[in-house]
Formats: sequence, C-alpha cells, structure tokens
Amino acid sequence: MAQAQACNQSKILNLEALEPPGGGEWATRARNSALERLQQMGLPGRRDEYWKYTRPDTLIQTKPPKAALHKSDSSMFDGIEKIRMVFVDGIYDSDASDSLDGEGITIERLSKVTEKDSHWAKNVYGVLEGGSHAPVKRPLAALNTAMATDGAVICVTGRPSKPVHMIYVHKSVTSDAILNHVIRLEEGSSLTFLETGPAAARFNKTIEVDVGDNAEFHHIRIQGRDHERRAATHTFARLGENSSFKSFSLTVNGILTRNECVVELTGSNGVAHVAGACVGDGDFHHDDTVFITHDAENCESRQVFKKVLRGGAKGVFQGKILVREGAQKTDGYQISQSLLLSDDCEFNAKPELEIYADDVACSHGSTSGAIDEDSLFYLRARGVPLEIATDLLTLAFLAEAVDEVEDERLKGEINALLTDWLERRRA
Amino acid sequence: MLKINNLHVDLEEDSKTILKGVDLTIDSGEVHAIMGPNGSGKSTLSYVLSGRDGYSATKGSASLDGLDIMEMEPEERAAAGLFLAFQYPVEIPGVGNMTFMRTALNAQRKAQEKPEVSAAEFLRLIREKAKTLEIEQDLLKRPVNVGFSGGEKKRNEILQMAVLEPRMCILDETDSGLDIDAMKLVADGVNALRKSDRAFLVITHYQRLLDHIRPDVVHIMAEGRIVKSGGPELALDVEKNGYADILAEVG
Repeated sequence: MAQAQACNQSKILNLEALEPPGGGEWATRARNSALERLQQMGLPGRRDEYWKYTRPDTLIQTKPPKAALHKSDSSMFDGIEKIRMVFVDGIYDSDASDSLDGEGITIERLSKVTEKDSHWAKNVYGVLEGGSHAPVKRPLAALNTAMATDGAVICVTGRPSKPVHMIYVHKSVTSDAILNHVIRLEEGSSLTFLETGPAAARFNKTIEVDVGDNAEFHHIRIQGRDHERRAATHTFARLGENSSFKSFSLTVNGILTRNECVVELTGSNGVAHVAGACVGDGDFHHDDTVFITHDAENCESRQVFKKVLRGGAKGVFQGKILVREGAQKTDGYQISQSLLLSDDCEFNAKPELEIYADDVACSHGSTSGAIDEDSLFYLRARGVPLEIATDLLTLAFLAEAVDEVEDERLKGEINALLTDWLERRRA
Repeated sequence: MLKINNLHVDLEEDSKTILKGVDLTIDSGEVHAIMGPNGSGKSTLSYVLSGRDGYSATKGSASLDGLDIMEMEPEERAAAGLFLAFQYPVEIPGVGNMTFMRTALNAQRKAQEKPEVSAAEFLRLIREKAKTLEIEQDLLKRPVNVGFSGGEKKRNEILQMAVLEPRMCILDETDSGLDIDAMKLVADGVNALRKSDRAFLVITHYQRLLDHIRPDVVHIMAEGRIVKSGGPELALDVEKNGYADILAEVG
C-alpha cells in the first residue's frame, strides 16, 4: 500500500539534471546564469515563508497532475481590433495568429530571437527576474528564464492603435507549458497587452517589461476557466521617469494560481497600479503576491485585490510596499479584501510596508467578511431573488478592482464576462 | 387586502416578545396610519411583514390577498405586491440605482409570469417617474443611495414604489429626518400613487405627515398591540395631548 502510494507520487524536479535549450550566445549565457541562480536557491518548499499559504508541490514535480479541458473562452475581446498571438499548450501557432506587423511595434518570437548571437532582449531577458531574488527568492521565475523556448519579444517605439493579445489554448490534459515574454517600451511609447486563456495543465509564465521614460504599459489578463489547471506566473516591471504600469487580472476557476508581480519604480513621477479580482469555488486556490519598490521620488503605487470565495475556496494575498531611502513624496496604497460566501473558506493576507524615507504617505488595509445582510435584505425586499441579489453584491464588491481597468470597452467586456460567469454558476 | 390576525412575534436574538397579538385589516383603496410611542413595535411590524431575518412569529397569521405571507421569502412577498419603504434606506456601493430598479422590476415580473421590460422601455419609465418626484437624472446613475441626502433617499424609496407598483405599501417613518419641503414632496409622491386597488400603511411618530397623507383609519400601537383605532381626529388628539392619556384610558 505504502509502495503503491510512493509510485503514484510524482517526483520532484531534479535541478542538477536540467539542461537549458541550445541557442545563440546571449541566450545561452542568460539561461545558464538563470540555471545557476536556480540551483543555488533551490525549489520553493513548504518551509519557505514566502510559500507559507500556498503549497508549491505540484508546481515543482517533474510532471503536472492531469487537468481536464474546458470549453475555451476564445471569444474574449473579440469586438476589439488587435494583434493576436495564439499559443497552444505553450507552443506558438502561427496559422491561428495574426500577422505580427504593426506600426510603432516590432514583435518577434522568443524561439527566433534566442537563436541570434546578439539582440536587445539581452538587456531585459532574465535581467529583471535576476534582480528580483532579494529579499525574497523567486525560483520558479529563474526556472522559466533557464528553460523557456517560446514567447513574444516585443519592442514598442510608438503608440500602436491595436493591443497585442496573447491567447493561451489548452488542448492536452498533461501539457506542461513555459512561456516567457520580453517587452521593451521606448521613451514615450504605449502598449496594451492582453492575455486570456488557461494555457496548459501546468503553466509557468514570465513577463519582463522595461517601461522607458514617459511610456505607458497596460496589462489586462483573464485567466482561463479550466478548473484543474495550475499556474505560476511572474510579471516583472522596471519603470522609468513619468512612466506608468497598470496591470489587472481576473481569475475565475483554477485549482492553483500563484500570480507574482514585482515592480520597481526607478524614475521620478512613475505610477504603478496592480489589481486583481477573483471568484472561486471549492478546491480553488488563488494567491496574489506583489512586491513594489519605490526607488525614486514622487511615485505612486496602488494594489487593489478583491477575492470572492465560496465552498471551501482559499485566497492568499502577500503584498509589500518597499520605500527606499530618498524615495520622498511616495504615495502608496494597498487594499486586499475577501468576501466569504460560506463559512468554510479561507483568506490569508499579509500586507507589508517597509519604509526608509521620512516624507511619504502609505496606507494599507485588509478585510474579510460575509455579504452585508442589510444590503441583501434591501434587494430582496424589492423582489430580487436571493441568488441574484448575492451576485449583484458580489459584482459590487469586485467593482473597485475592476474599475482599475481604464479602457471603458475592456472594462465593459470584463463586467459582461463576470456577469455571464456568475449567471452560469447559478444555473 | 392585508389581514393580520393575533400576530405574536419574538426577537430571535434574545427571545424577547415584541408583538403581543396584533389585529389589523386593511382593505383595497384604504390608507391606515399607525402611531405610537418609541418601542411600541411599529417598525418591528413592518420588518416582520416584509420578511426580515431575526424575527419569529410564534402565534397568529398575516395574509395578503388571502395568501399566507409569513411562509414566504422576502422576494416572494415583494412579487405578491408588498412594498416596504425603509426608515433607513440602505446604501449599496457598486450597484447602480437604475440597474437595481430594473433588476427588481424584471425579477417581480418574472415571478408574476409577465414579460420583462426592455432597457429602453425601462429608461422611459424611470425618467418619467423621476421627473414627477423631482429626482435628478444624476441620482439614477449613482450607486443605490450612496451620497444621497436624507430627502433624496426617501424620494428614491417612493420612486421604487412608483416603478414597482405594489398592491400594499408600508411606509416606515418615511417622514423621519425630512424638512417640511422634502416631506411635502414625498407625501405628494405617495398621494399620486393612491388608487382603488392599492392600500397604504403609514407608520409615523408625528401627526404632521398625516396632514399631507390623509389616512382613513388611525391606529395607536403600544406595547406590541393596537390599543385604539379611530378616524383622522385620533391623530390630532395624539398631537395635542400626547400618548399618555390614551394609554391611561386603555389601561
């Protein structure tokens, strides 16, 4: 019996046996140095403080547990003109994708870029990740840099009218995908970057974004509905003067999601907003881990996270604002809230402020609670049935996070999607 | 229309008995007022009738058009035609006032097996009703009651009443917190809704509101019972002499 169990348990990834893919000179150097970092750090374990509330076990096994397929939400953002890049189980599908040509933007495939001996990507690829391991380690991101073969390499020089849309399709129940996107926004440029879909049974994804002076990066992500999928994602951003980085994620379903976002404000007057809304049931586990460093004067950062949990679902928020010496006039805000729709749910929040400048305004708050009985009764007394009233109040609770999406069309799509999901859940 | 028979109600939290045998019958087209001192059970009666949690009826019955409402969920009572204008309308951040009213109207229509009202039809309907109640378009777009003044909240209650067209309207201290102009506006709104197949139960501390909404019958409630009923002159009597005389008279 004990033996049978041992056989069923998947093995832990052997870091010593890992061999990064071959490629050009710069890529080989970047990958080898990431592998070294990874071997030094080791994989995350239950004993790691940073993984106290989220079990990394299935993320560090050699093979992922199977994940059943769900009808994909491929129609998302269909009403909006965009450049689509489709990845099926982590592999680029050029037939399903659009032409990658666009005004003010150059899009390449990572697999092609890594074959070259030199490329601008070397200044970003593995660089933001490599600088992110102190004070906390992010080994899964180093694993990504060492092993990724596919992804998008984007250089933005102007203000392209169309967003770039990554569509992640999940087709194999055992797929194990690694994707790495490298984005460089030159001075004064702007890009909206969309991501949708479940991607794979297990998905390790990294985005490294270098936002130049006066540039703007908007990121909107809708993680897929396939319930059994697992995902560990990292978004790294480095911001120049007067630049902005705004990222919003919506997650409905997923047995395990860990979204890390690491932002460094390196030039004055930078703005970084990171927001997330999630709705989960049952064995849903969702972790938002955010680390924002203020390293320049007059910067603003906001973290807005809302989680709706039901039927045993678990939510985690670890959010930190680090204000370095000299980062005066910092304006930092952080809120994490959970709405617990049943007694068996769990929300763990770890808000942190670490401040070394004396002229800053930083606030943080975290709450968890049930639905407001007075509001519920008011709606019901007007004839709104209990379930619809609960959904209305759920949407209202999520609104502060969804409102972080500035583009009205995108916000409209997200609200429609949420309403539709809640309706289907009711059915 | 509304028939309350020997209704006894306990507060679930501490098993305290609040209503100790209320009898009340209101017919179509009538306006009844309930007055009474603080703690007499007036608001409890409105909550129990509309189905709020935390109260349990231990004895007696209440029916609307012959249907036992005490067994119904709050939304079923609303669909059956019962409406409570709240003493303290609830602020609901994140839910738009229009979305709220349209959801409520269509939920009731669905329960009544009537077709839903389209967005365009609803917009026309709400604009027209809002205009008569002097409710600014801006308030319709804002979240439910958020940032509304006291008067705006109460007018918003009457607007909901006008949109939902209930059979039986209960107004719980609708005059509280209103200045005289706001109260008059609310009363005009209510009067405009009076019709032969609709009835009103107006709960109030003061006779003042009854100058504007003329009741057919006035009841005095004390210690969980209706202790005296009469015509509009009973309210004037209370206004002049207070409750003490009446309470002494009924023992």
